[in-house]
Amino acid sequence: MSDISALSTEPSFLDEVIDATSGGDRLRSCLQCGTCGGSCPNGSDMDHTPRALFALIAAGEREEVLSADAPWFCVSCYACTVRCPRKIPITDLMYTLKRIAAREHFAKKQDAVALAENFNRFILRYGRSFEFGIASRFYLTRKLGSIFSLGPLGIRMMRHGRLSLTPSKIENLAQLHAILDKARELGGES
Amino acid sequence: MAEKVGVYICHCGSNIGGVVDCPEVAKWARENLEDVVVSRDYKFMCSALGQDLIKDDIAKEGLTRVVVGACSPHLHEKTFRNASKAGGLNPYLMQMTNLREHVSWVTADKAAATGKSKSLISGAVHRVVHQEALAPMPVPVNDHTLVVGAGIAGIQAALEIADAGYHVYLLEREPSIGGHMAKFDKTFPTLDCSACILAPKMSDIDQHENIELLTYSELESLSGYVGNFKANIRKRPRMVVEPDCTGCGLCIEKCPKRVVDTEFEAGIGYRKAIYRPFPQAVPKIPVIDVENCTYFVRGKCKACEKFCPTGAVDFKQVEEVREVDVGNVILATGWKPFDARRVSQYGYGRMANVFTSLEFERMCNSAGPTDGKIVMRDGVTEPKSVAIVHCVGSRDENYNPYCSGVCCMAALKFGHLVLEKTDAEVTSFYIDLRTNQKGYEEFYARLLDEGMNFVRGKVAEITDAARYPGEEGKIILQAEDTLLGRQRRHPVDMVILMGALEPRDDSKELGIKVGVSCSMDGWFTERHPKLDPVATMTDGIFVAGSCQGPKDIPASVAQGAAAAARVVGMINRKSVMVEPVVASINDEKCSGCRICNTLCPYGAITFDVQKSLSGIETALCKGCGTCVSGCPANAISGAHFSNAQIEAELDGILFEIQQGAATGEGAPLAEKGGRHE
Amino acid sequence: MTFAYYPGCSLEASSEAYDISARAVCERLGIELQEIPDWNCCGATEASALGYLSGHALVARNLALVDKSLKDVVAPCASCFLNLKKTDKLMKEDRKIGGKLAEALEAGGLAYEPGSLRIRHLLEVVHRDIGHDRIQQAVVRPLTGLRIAPYYGCQVVRPVGDSGDADDPEQPQAMDELFSWLGATVVDYPVKAHCCGGHMTQISTEMSNELLRRLLYTADEHQADIIVCACPMCQLNLDAYQGKVNNAFNTAFDVPILFFSQLLGLALGIEADALGFGKEIIDSKDVLAAKLDQEETAETPSAPRRTRRVSRSLPMPKKD
Repeated sequence: MSDISALSTEPSFLDEVIDATSGGDRLRSCLQCGTCGGSCPNGSDMDHTPRALFALIAAGEREEVLSADAPWFCVSCYACTVRCPRKIPITDLMYTLKRIAAREHFAKKQDAVALAENFNRFILRYGRSFEFGIASRFYLTRKLGSIFSLGPLGIRMMRHGRLSLTPSKIENLAQLHAILDKARELGGES
Repeated sequence: MAEKVGVYICHCGSNIGGVVDCPEVAKWARENLEDVVVSRDYKFMCSALGQDLIKDDIAKEGLTRVVVGACSPHLHEKTFRNASKAGGLNPYLMQMTNLREHVSWVTADKAAATGKSKSLISGAVHRVVHQEALAPMPVPVNDHTLVVGAGIAGIQAALEIADAGYHVYLLEREPSIGGHMAKFDKTFPTLDCSACILAPKMSDIDQHENIELLTYSELESLSGYVGNFKANIRKRPRMVVEPDCTGCGLCIEKCPKRVVDTEFEAGIGYRKAIYRPFPQAVPKIPVIDVENCTYFVRGKCKACEKFCPTGAVDFKQVEEVREVDVGNVILATGWKPFDARRVSQYGYGRMANVFTSLEFERMCNSAGPTDGKIVMRDGVTEPKSVAIVHCVGSRDENYNPYCSGVCCMAALKFGHLVLEKTDAEVTSFYIDLRTNQKGYEEFYARLLDEGMNFVRGKVAEITDAARYPGEEGKIILQAEDTLLGRQRRHPVDMVILMGALEPRDDSKELGIKVGVSCSMDGWFTERHPKLDPVATMTDGIFVAGSCQGPKDIPASVAQGAAAAARVVGMINRKSVMVEPVVASINDEKCSGCRICNTLCPYGAITFDVQKSLSGIETALCKGCGTCVSGCPANAISGAHFSNAQIEAELDGILFEIQQGAATGEGAPLAEKGGRHE
Repeated sequence: MTFAYYPGCSLEASSEAYDISARAVCERLGIELQEIPDWNCCGATEASALGYLSGHALVARNLALVDKSLKDVVAPCASCFLNLKKTDKLMKEDRKIGGKLAEALEAGGLAYEPGSLRIRHLLEVVHRDIGHDRIQQAVVRPLTGLRIAPYYGCQVVRPVGDSGDADDPEQPQAMDELFSWLGATVVDYPVKAHCCGGHMTQISTEMSNELLRRLLYTADEHQADIIVCACPMCQLNLDAYQGKVNNAFNTAFDVPILFFSQLLGLALGIEADALGFGKEIIDSKDVLAAKLDQEETAETPSAPRRTRRVSRSLPMPKKD
């Protein structure tokens, strides 16, 4: 059941997405030209192109949009953003969709969410990312099968001195946490 | 003797009446303002009945002044002045004040609106008793006209004025008239050959006894006012003596210097250093391109001079400056093509077989560099597949936000030409198809029938980097086919970019010269976008064709004819009334300091050296008031805007506030400190 | 010239070669680098996927930690550069968000005035600030004979590029020009700003293989000896996963992937050991030995043959 935003007095899904994105109100002027869908390096692999996603958002199809794989296949290359004839901040809108989807557990099957969660876990623990830690935890919990094909690569990287087995930790982790906690509080993040 | 003021408050339906308590304002005016003998409120003052109220009251009540509170004077000042005049009162003894755009349309607060309306009416009443009867001045209208630009719009305008029996100076910067239309192959939707329909008009211009053609010339400056302009024209030297030249063309044949023709051939063809832009050029006299001519660059050659049978080549020719007097000016300076190199993801300039629309027009033209054959950049190979890209530089906040209006039709036309002249398949990549004039939608249907392909998707990228088999050696367009909802790659041999139409680089400069402003996008501003598209805010200056906004040939012709009709109308009237709202200098007070001379934006102040006095040229004066306020000796007064009138108006406005404060009622202005939220 | 230096997490680990070579060339070119004390991760593309304000706050701490006497910060990593720039811009242009981030920083006892730092990428600093004349003077060992494909990737050039007049986001020129100054042959590489897939190598090998294949294929078509990168992710993907691409598509790509600072360092006369050479998975030693210090022949056999201009060919639009 779709909710056509123009007829409703309640804030629509379109309003929700726009309010959560700086400069997002430009989305209202989308003319569905398809430049974003045509530019996206992963466009041919997405279930919905970015353009189609915007049409679905305007039509109020919240669940379908938040369940889509498109935002998770966005790699932040910004090709769409620089070419959009209406100067819509498309990549930033994709981030908004990721955040809403992750928060509402729409994206459980997406590997990209697990990668992001692992990445963030290590940032919180050390203040810096820890490639080896992130990768091992990610693959062990999500993609056990890949361990075998990645094993040789891992060893090669180690031999070339590309794989650090010990994390790097910042001094003032407490300060970082204080800042992040405050930011989460002010941003209404869980 | 006291004046007798009639006050009329218009409801304007509910526009004013819905917010302002009009009966209350009328009542208040009668009860509180001196000299008000009649005070009415009425639904539509601008209607015939409303105007009758004014006329009847002037007769019955012996009114000596009229005040109308209604909409903007821009709309109806003339109406109420005429109504007063019809009633027997001098029109300048009527003052109109704006209760709509300044009051009811800017607030929903009824109390505040009513209070402000009272202030404004009070101001108008206080002012109007100081106003004086004035008479507009007739100025003669010179029956010569200057048309700047000889593309199709300028040509049409010139022919119509000339056919009406009046002299036209047709000014053109290029060596020949014809504009962009002379470059096209076929025109949509009829597929008429462009040159075939243009050339008869061009030769009419050439042969017309009323048209004086000034080609290879520029407008240097324009001064004066409606009916009486002086134009300074600079005629560039062709290096060919026109009366002696027979147009035989031997000079062109013998010239050894070949140059890429970036103007007429859109950069895909050549011309010589001495050249005619195209064979049917009017006038037929060649011109030397001094930047590329071997003689001018290196002092050698002179082949043209040697071979000319009449000795018409003159390397020493200099530019001529000429002044002409005209009554009206029509700007028909046209447009310039968008530089497609700016869209770097489309690869124009990098990949050989990406063309612009003008390049493709020249290619299709049978007199063009390929004799009308559609071929790739190598000049030989016929393409097997062609793609046409819409909206290049149009409808795009990164370049031009507007739609250029003609490219969808031109794209369909190109599709037709490809299908007609080659065996290639042709695909259009569009966002919307704008085919909204007579015969245009049918043209689209025709192309669908002819087998042109259409993909709805703005092209994301054009590349020569092959990705999949079948793409090697091709140009690939990548776009989302939005109707299918998926990305597509389409390899082709040749791409045509439908670039935007843009204002010419010097349009702003030209606008300043003649007193016409440009919009944000750079097009000339018309007086009213819906109701007055060919006039400008400067009387006597008109615009026609694409210089006012991108448009196709039928619309350009229509505007050229419309501008011509306006001009002929002015000429037939023989004189035009100029507003008497002008400044005047009190000779006794003037010390000859000349500060006002430099302040005047219209050059309307002269100086008598012998008497050491400045003087106003009333016909040039626009009544802006700059000199009035700038004079240190207070020697200049502005008619209809005297100090007494302005001060009285201020007193009137403040009267209402003081009054309200005294009685404690209905004075929201005072409470809020005079500011509305 | 002194810059605050933000290496980023990758430069400490998998892309150490970038850090080593960056510091070495900066020293040689007279650029003083002061590492931001106790800097933290910028979040790459991962932090913002889960938290908006927290993602920006992560970056803001780094901006606040820059020594207040410094006006410029340089990052070699494209993602770090972009994140620093984005957060700074957001704080400046969106008063509400800027206020909240200021409050968050305050909770950690820090403050940052948005817009007070010029945020740069190392490539632009070398290309624009050092520039043609100084580079040419400093070149000791020209890269003559080496055919390089300049690969910018995405985030160096999009969406905002460097300060002032940014490089073209579709067909950038900074690396092209830099390497022509170094004497190398810069091949035509139309996909120079196409995405390498970023973290797609971890999400979907099928998708990432295809994205990488395209880049390798085009470089191969234009006979590039080396693909030169300005981003740790690009280098890692093209280098470490090249074998997987070959397996998936039955291709035989064997092109070394290097950081621009490494080759720049060689040209400046710095020893390979001091530039992190040897860390790349696809070894570059042989290619460099074979190609450098050779005389560039007038007609390189692999260069596409230029056809003689047929008199009927139409002129190309002029480049001005």
